[in-house]
Amino acid sequence: MVKINLRQMQVDQTGTIASVKADGELGRRIRDMGLVPGKEIKVQGRAPLYDPVSLRIMGFTLTLRNNEADHIQVEVSQER
Amino acid sequence: MSTAIALAGNPNSGKTTLFNELTGARQHVGNYPGVTVEKKQGTCITDTGAFDIVDLPGTYSLTAYSLEEVVARDFLVNERPAMIVNIVDASNLERNLYLSVQFMEMGIPVCIALNMMDVAKKRGIDINIDRLSELLGVPVVPTVARTGQGKKELLETVAARAKQGNRALKISYGLDIDTALDEMEAEIKAAGFLTKTYPARWVALKYLENDKQILELGAEENKEVATRLAGIVQRLTSHLAATQDAHPEGMIADQRYGFISGVLKQNVVRYAEDRNRLQQSDKIDKVLTNRFLGPIIMVGVLMGLYNFTFTYSVLPTEWLEGLFGWIGGMAEAALPEGLLKSLIISGIVDGVGGVLGFVPLIMFMFLGISFLEDSGYLARMAFMLDRVFRLFGLHGSSVMAFIVSGGIAGGCAVPGVMAARTLKSPKERLATLLTVPFMNCGAKLPVYALLVAAFFAENQARVMLILTLISWIGALLVARLLRSTVIKGEATPFVMELPPYRLPTIKGLLIHTWERTWQYMKKAGTVILGISIVLWAMMTFPGLDDTTLTQFEAKRSAVTDNVSPALLNEISAAEGDDGLSEAALAVKEDLLLIDGEEAQAALKNSVAGRIGVALEGISRLAGFDWRTNIALVGGFAAKEVVVSTLGTAYSLGEVDPEENTSLAQRLQSAPGWSPLTAFSLMIFTIFYAPCFVTVVCIARETGSWKWAGFSVVFNTALAFGLSVAVYQAGKLIL
Ligand SMILES: Nc1nc2c(ncn2[C@@H]2O[C@H](COP(=O)(O)OP(=O)(O)OP(=O)(O)O)[C@@H](O)[C@H]2O)c(=O)[nH]1
Repeated sequence: MVKINLRQMQVDQTGTIASVKADGELGRRIRDMGLVPGKEIKVQGRAPLYDPVSLRIMGFTLTLRNNEADHIQVEVSQER
Repeated sequence: MSTAIALAGNPNSGKTTLFNELTGARQHVGNYPGVTVEKKQGTCITDTGAFDIVDLPGTYSLTAYSLEEVVARDFLVNERPAMIVNIVDASNLERNLYLSVQFMEMGIPVCIALNMMDVAKKRGIDINIDRLSELLGVPVVPTVARTGQGKKELLETVAARAKQGNRALKISYGLDIDTALDEMEAEIKAAGFLTKTYPARWVALKYLENDKQILELGAEENKEVATRLAGIVQRLTSHLAATQDAHPEGMIADQRYGFISGVLKQNVVRYAEDRNRLQQSDKIDKVLTNRFLGPIIMVGVLMGLYNFTFTYSVLPTEWLEGLFGWIGGMAEAALPEGLLKSLIISGIVDGVGGVLGFVPLIMFMFLGISFLEDSGYLARMAFMLDRVFRLFGLHGSSVMAFIVSGGIAGGCAVPGVMAARTLKSPKERLATLLTVPFMNCGAKLPVYALLVAAFFAENQARVMLILTLISWIGALLVARLLRSTVIKGEATPFVMELPPYRLPTIKGLLIHTWERTWQYMKKAGTVILGISIVLWAMMTFPGLDDTTLTQFEAKRSAVTDNVSPALLNEISAAEGDDGLSEAALAVKEDLLLIDGEEAQAALKNSVAGRIGVALEGISRLAGFDWRTNIALVGGFAAKEVVVSTLGTAYSLGEVDPEENTSLAQRLQSAPGWSPLTAFSLMIFTIFYAPCFVTVVCIARETGSWKWAGFSVVFNTALAFGLSVAVYQAGKLIL
């Protein structure tokens, strides 16, 4: 198990959210959408310009910008 | 007595569909006081009773960050509906319940409509409804809003449970937070702090969540208690930071989700398959948002939307124009010559025609956009384009408004400004609204066509391309400028759901389209008619004085006195020039020349004309004389009016914008005109004040005349600066 930044995850890679460090409006919105510690996510794809990224969580799809993803640490099973 | 019910839920949960299903045609759309968020109300009459239903804006949470959330929360708190009917998407249960929990914490009775049961079933999600209801302590009714299934049971449940009241849900947020909450709740209850409107524990929670709106209200209500509460929050915050490296706000959200997964784990949901498995929708996404195919398909879709809007609206627009032309013709024939006639034809008929003329365009645009929105594709477009638009302080969704406004030359800023509604981020939306009028709308094209025909006839295509590029670059740079000055601020977070692709229903599309179009007609209509009359007056009054009029009469007599009455009869009897003898043609031409001169003199003497003449001193810097100035004033009514007004100013009578040959020749030989002047005027036309219909729409969409005024003044100043720069630089180089 290693902890990496959400931005570094590859497409189709899965992991479990370890921590969310954002606060204020951004932090609120991230959490409201269910990006809270303990949730499993899977990187679904990236936009043509590599940013934003789309994720699968709790059975739905969510997008966020790379600089927003920076606040999220994810535990993944092994480095790919 | 009817019961007040609020419909609330996540975006895309099927709220609007259920609302339409419940209220049918008995609904109306307005705005919440002071904001531009739509408020839909309707009534529903059943055997079990009558209900007044309000459709709250779709939100994911109830914080005070977005306008929608504030509106939804204020409504619930201030109007205290007898019950919240909370639409929950069964195929996306866990995230939807996050909002439900917040409703339950408010202490208003909640009834969950577990919608999209068909979708959940198809995805192999099995929900034990009784168990869910028991664990949450609220009634849960399965529905399929799209077919109306479950509607009856839902209404029966609401009727039975609405009057019973509900105890607020009390979630455990962990020992530290719970202790603080208890302490704060006691303080709040003892002081009666905000308790007239809000439940005590809820206020305490909001203090911990650092909720701006409640903190402000609290500070107003009782400084002392507010300070004590803030002290408790402060203590907890430092404690949590030291012991768990966490923040109360974050922990509360975590615990809410924890509570929900706790509930769901007690045999409430069973997934027949891995729920992160690729759905149909994800397979479509593999193609539609593919790195290479995605952008190509998107360009195709945008062109398609554009063609759809502007091709199919041509016919109804022509009918309307025909109708108004016919009414104008009737008035022309029935009314005596004079001011009243001019007012009715040029002011009122043209004004109403102007309002209604946009209706087909707006309808088709909204039909197209509603389709893209409801199908889920719009969110994908925002996703793909965000990286580009963000550079300029805009949002991926801004693209729609730009394209419709004339990003592909020939659009229209009126529906374009309205298309910005699909943007949910306030700052990006405002910047979009203010910059879309720079696009080359269909009404600017006749102006370009005239100038190109006169001065750049060999390079037509190239000039048009350059103009399109200039308007895009200009709009994006101005957006950047606005976002770093008057609309400064962090980018609104992009965190956004990509809803599953769905085939929109015809009924849904039509209701959506009609509502938005009707709002335009009702609200913008009256103002536009008023301004149209004012503009007519500016171009007409004070008219010519008697001496000048007599002089023109005398000139006319000088022509007619020398010809035989037979010839004059021939001229007045003939329609058009067909079959006139050469002598008659010559006389007619002389008379038209005098008419033209008279019209020119009257225009020059009108208020608009005087403004034009007065401004000549400054406008010379950009190469414009008084004639161009008047034409540009006229262009505020609609950009193509620049052409017809220029015609009058050059004594050619009103020139039909479609047939510009005579005017183009006139301009080529007119003193003061050169390709440079023409180019300077084109630049001015791209950037100066939007036509007033657009201005009125900007006022409506931003909810303030301040921004509408800003767009008039700022755009004109910008346009003037740019054309002066072009003209002066050009003079130096050439
Ligand atoms: N299969 C299925 N589709 C549904 C159901 N209810 C609504 N839909 C569809 O889901 C889509 C979204 O529904 P809306 O009613 O527009 O959702 P909303 O919650 O009002 O969404 P916003 O307008 O974004 O706030 C539409 O295409 C509906 O036709 C349902 O029970 N089953």
